[in-house]
Amino acid sequence: MRSPLGRARGMGSAKSGLGHWWAQRLTAMALLPLSLYFVLSVFLLEGADQAAMLRYMAEPWNGVLFIALVAALFYHLQLGLQVVIEDYIHSEARRLTAVLAMRAVVIFFGLLALVSVLKLIF
Amino acid sequence: MVIVVPDVREALMQGRNTAGTLVQRPLSPHLQVYKPQISSALSIFHRITGVALSLGAVLLSLWLAAAATSAGAFALAQSLLDSIVGMLILFGFTLALFYHFCNGIRHLLWDAGYGFDLPTMHRTGYAVLVASAGLTVVFWVIGLVIL
Repeated sequence: MRSPLGRARGMGSAKSGLGHWWAQRLTAMALLPLSLYFVLSVFLLEGADQAAMLRYMAEPWNGVLFIALVAALFYHLQLGLQVVIEDYIHSEARRLTAVLAMRAVVIFFGLLALVSVLKLIF
Repeated sequence: MVIVVPDVREALMQGRNTAGTLVQRPLSPHLQVYKPQISSALSIFHRITGVALSLGAVLLSLWLAAAATSAGAFALAQSLLDSIVGMLILFGFTLALFYHFCNGIRHLLWDAGYGFDLPTMHRTGYAVLVASAGLTVVFWVIGLVIL
């Protein structure tokens, strides 16, 4: 997996694999407490109507934690799905197309979740 | 340098090491010919649950969007989740979430350099299965019986 220049210099690949790897671990660590908070929220919001949702998200702690959850979750799943696509699609053109299409869908739903939480907060 | 391949199946076993030299070694396991083991099964479960949870994240964003749209839209979303199909989907998501959570901790510990020897890896693997099943049961007991 080394580039010719990287091999000549005795360094690793010149691509962005390390950044990807580290970001996946960072978001995973962030998601450990955040997903437990999400499970707690599911219990607190069981059978809630919209008014209860508005009251819940209006609490600053809940609003901020939900924004952090959505950000970490969608970033993490985008990194994970990219690895899955890169493992199974070998043609460079189709692989790039699939990764970009996946990213577009993930960004759309991530923004939808984020804007919805913000609208519930304010 | 050419590596002699006595068996045609070994043609798939050629790679390059970090120095760029051709080497012959097993590459990614080909699931059709790879004997299932606890390690490989848990690994592919991690990936499957990750993809399933990504679909769950899409549902989460639709649920939040319904709440941000109107009282009627959110009531509809809640009633869909409360149906038999909705509950089955939620059950699948809780199982996938707790599995990915527990096995994710296992992966993070490996990355930190702990528990990578085979006996420990097998032990933590079974622990992950037991813990994720247990957490799912506790979740639904709290959700359906206690609350």
